[in-house]
Amino acid sequence: MISLNWVKDYVDIENEDLKELAVKVTKAGVNVEKVINSHIDNLVIGEVLECTDHPDSDHLHICQVSIGTSTTQIVCGAPNVKKGIKVLVALPGCILPGDFEIKAGKIRGQESNGMICALFELGLEAKTDETYAKGIEVLETDLEPGTDANIYLGTDDTLYELDIHKHRNNDCYYHIGFAYEIASILGKKVNLPEANYKEIDDNVNNHITIKVETDKCPYYTAKMVTGVEIKESPDFIKKRLISAGMRPINNVVDISNYVMLEYGQPLHFFDKNKLGDNILVRQAKESETIITLDGQKRELLTSDIVITDGKKPVCIAGVMGGENTDVDEATKDILIESAIFDAVSIRYTSSRLDLRSEASIRYGKGLSYEYTDAAIERACYLLEKYANAKVLSGIAVHDKIDKTEKIVKFKTKEVSTLLGLELTDKDVETELDRLMFNYKLDKDTFTVTIPRRRLDIDPNVNDIAEEIGRLYGYENLSSTLPSIPTRRGVYVGDVGIRKEISRRLRTLGLNEVKNYTLTSPDMASRFRYEEKNQITLPNPMSSDKSVIRTSLIPSLINNYEYNKARNIKDINIYEIAKTYDSSYNEDTKVSILMKGNYLINEWQHTIVKCDFYCLKGIVENLLDYLGFKNRYTFESCEAPEMHPGICAKILLDRKEIGIIGRVHPSYKKDEVYVAELSMTELYNAKVKPIKFKEASKYPEIVKDLAFVVENNVESEVIKSQIKKSGGRLLDSIEVFDLYENVEEGKKSIAYKLVFKDPSRTLSDEEVMEIFNKIISEVESKTGAKLRS
Amino acid sequence: MKEKVENLKLEVAKKLETTASLKEVNEIKVEYLGKKGPVNELTSHMKELSVEEKKEFGKILNELKNELTSKIDAKIKYYEEEELNKKLSSEKIDVTLPATKIPAGAPNILEKIVEEVESVFMSMGYDVVDGPEVEEDKYNFELLNIPKGHPARDAQDTFYIEDESILLRSQTSPVQVRTMLATGGKEPVRMICPGKTYRRDADDATHSHQFMQIEGLLIDKDIKLSDLKGTFEVMAKKLFGEDCVARLRPSYYQFTEPSVEMDISCFACKGKGCSLCKNTGWITVSGAGMVHPNVLRNGGYDPEVWSGFAFGFGAERLAMLKYGINDIRTFYQADLRESANFDRKDV
Repeated sequence: MISLNWVKDYVDIENEDLKELAVKVTKAGVNVEKVINSHIDNLVIGEVLECTDHPDSDHLHICQVSIGTSTTQIVCGAPNVKKGIKVLVALPGCILPGDFEIKAGKIRGQESNGMICALFELGLEAKTDETYAKGIEVLETDLEPGTDANIYLGTDDTLYELDIHKHRNNDCYYHIGFAYEIASILGKKVNLPEANYKEIDDNVNNHITIKVETDKCPYYTAKMVTGVEIKESPDFIKKRLISAGMRPINNVVDISNYVMLEYGQPLHFFDKNKLGDNILVRQAKESETIITLDGQKRELLTSDIVITDGKKPVCIAGVMGGENTDVDEATKDILIESAIFDAVSIRYTSSRLDLRSEASIRYGKGLSYEYTDAAIERACYLLEKYANAKVLSGIAVHDKIDKTEKIVKFKTKEVSTLLGLELTDKDVETELDRLMFNYKLDKDTFTVTIPRRRLDIDPNVNDIAEEIGRLYGYENLSSTLPSIPTRRGVYVGDVGIRKEISRRLRTLGLNEVKNYTLTSPDMASRFRYEEKNQITLPNPMSSDKSVIRTSLIPSLINNYEYNKARNIKDINIYEIAKTYDSSYNEDTKVSILMKGNYLINEWQHTIVKCDFYCLKGIVENLLDYLGFKNRYTFESCEAPEMHPGICAKILLDRKEIGIIGRVHPSYKKDEVYVAELSMTELYNAKVKPIKFKEASKYPEIVKDLAFVVENNVESEVIKSQIKKSGGRLLDSIEVFDLYENVEEGKKSIAYKLVFKDPSRTLSDEEVMEIFNKIISEVESKTGAKLRS
Repeated sequence: MKEKVENLKLEVAKKLETTASLKEVNEIKVEYLGKKGPVNELTSHMKELSVEEKKEFGKILNELKNELTSKIDAKIKYYEEEELNKKLSSEKIDVTLPATKIPAGAPNILEKIVEEVESVFMSMGYDVVDGPEVEEDKYNFELLNIPKGHPARDAQDTFYIEDESILLRSQTSPVQVRTMLATGGKEPVRMICPGKTYRRDADDATHSHQFMQIEGLLIDKDIKLSDLKGTFEVMAKKLFGEDCVARLRPSYYQFTEPSVEMDISCFACKGKGCSLCKNTGWITVSGAGMVHPNVLRNGGYDPEVWSGFAFGFGAERLAMLKYGINDIRTFYQADLRESANFDRKDV
């Protein structure tokens, strides 16, 4: 949250329309999410002239309150209301947070024309047991009754709520940094706040020795002040802290927060007398503990950075100070710490301890050492001015920070090319001036030194182009197309076959679905027909999304149940998705689920039911389409969650590529059929190009025959023997009839055989010879008997 | 003789006039034109005539034969047609009865939008590529200029499978690096990669722990930011209508510099302001930018020679905007009543 009243200290925005300015800021890259006018209407300062007990209540008071030109009666329940104090009065028409409008009325029979407010009731403080117990806000002010209370509260301000991208979090998170952004946009200058103070004739280095034993603290500086007088902060500091959402405490604490909101640099104040003469910054020891300012005992790890007094921790660096060295009412001498700690380490510590302080948030974003210096100076100035502190000379420093300047050299043409704008050197100079970047232009080459506050800018021409582009305005960019040769885009790798399969299955009347890769352990335990180990996330969000699926069938079962619950009877769906096993092998699966009817015309009683053979037809159609005709077979098998008698492996070139069958009736009562194929296997199998095959000009000879076999003999056994015995002239074999239990425990399968030779007419005699050979060989080799 | 012939003609004509069925006509045909019929009988008298007479009488007989045949055949045809018409009219069906339902499969709604986007970019020469969803940290973050410890990769955003090394990709951008490395830094690149991505978001109407991104990457020589704007505009017009206008705004991504957000003018209100565009007249649909020199270098390209742009769309967002969908869970619920509408070509 940025206070525009505050920004006014550093850059001249007196005549700006702040709503329009917000639009300009957003356009230049920092999103102003909301422009908030913090003014609360009909809120005035009142003085309690009389305060008597309510006759019908044991806790209410009837107050006569002066609101300037008149006196009005208000019923108030706060225990701390009394005669003679100045208070915040919400008059009728005033709207408090939660859209609560104050109205004149009667409370237990007594007239009440407003409300005497606590800060939390105005939304200026959180409502806690502590703030509630405090009661109404008692004002220490010379302001007259009737004065607009917003002046006292600092709520006569405009606030910008920013949605800052991570990289601009550094410089746009504090008021001076944001002032630079506004100054760049408006082409104005920034005035930094005053930081001149007197030093006494005593050096800080006589009182403190700093030692740093960790590389996670590249910069540590300290100054010391004596004789501080702890009291309330001046109004302007209080107001600004309130508008930034912080609660004023006392002048010393407020000053450290105030400077942090100015420069983005968190400061830590130690009570020097509690601290002693040594500062040692190091990694914490395993299980070392500290009681932090919030009274909590914290156990530390070696990954945490601590400030110690040489022996014990006095502060979790960058996160929160220790109780043992805190500033209290009796504090006289203060050691001011202004330092830089490793951002990643601070983020890690604060999230591990679940302790997100204002300081840790800022350390976690990274800081510029330039403002580490400026902030400590500014704090000394404010302590001298508002806490009567005497500042010791010198500064105690540990300095291992990299001070290399970020310098970038480029030509205007490079920026123009990157952006697609026609810029001149003059244009670039104008933008660099607005950005307040130091530069030299030597012939056609710019040398720019990037200011330290802009941690986000890397020294390359792209970063400079972005800065220039965003200020110059992307609305000035035209739309062009790359001047590169035309070509046709293609599907790379297995994308092509995925698209083909998807389109084919859609054409065959199946609906595509998409499901979640992460499934529940129960789902993942179903349909494990493959011996694959599964990946379980070590740190899932919830158990129902914790295992990476190796089969899509459980997800399709979910889809079936979802649709069934919505009275959809015919459910024909498929999904194509990647699966992974625990060795991270990728296997893209094509899975199909069918239930109900496939083809219907009810009034004509034409119905093709979804059954094993219907789904098998879909699978064969797909495999034929992909060029695998005559290369696949189905072999009965058993598999988890599958009907033991209605389930088959699908083999391609004798290699298992999937499964097909009915879902086990004890798992799903409905007749649900599923199939799953490995698309990865289909992609890897080679396919020959299409070749023309001329239709035979000679007549074909058709012969029918039927065999009687045991019920459990599979048709394929007989068919393959027929094929073997039939030889080259047997062109095709089709099953055209089936009688179950034609004899006890036996069935009859009828086959239609087509004989053909592409180069001549066959004679009946030679076909009969083959036909008889087929019969005798099938009988002798399979135990089948020709049906007479 | 001539008289006889004329009488025959009259006789047949008269008989044909009074026939009631095809059978009767056939009987007449046999009676007059059959072997024992009067025509044949007249023919048998021919041999008794002189050559001259034969010539004349032969002609007359021929005419008689032809005339009778054609008259009788016409009547036969008449009856045949009558019979066919009777049959046809008895076969008349109710064309308004319902058809046999030919099974038709719909694409998943996300797939529909992905196919639309693919077709636009393929026509501009972009290949469609794919990449792994279980990904190495190196490709998902490190080579994209997001080093270890960077806030963008805080553990709460990403599903890690192995600490700091293997994860479910949180973006499709790793495919950028993989594509670049595959070409060895020597060839121009034009590709898009639609694919699943994962982040630790609790599922609700606007958040989904699994979502689809469509990544795009172009690397060539002298590529400009304005080329990105133009390319984006081509796609926006195809998806949201010819009067759609593009706008770029500064933004930030680790792997692009400069980075932009790409808006389209609101197609619902034509820029006047409505609830869809939250009264701004613009709708943000993509994050994009010029490929960061570090990323080019990581992909094996010399940033002094090559430049390019990258962009990313949220497939769900595009589909929600284009089809007016309010709940992101719609895409993963597989409600067949909803997807059925998508089994058609779009305009």
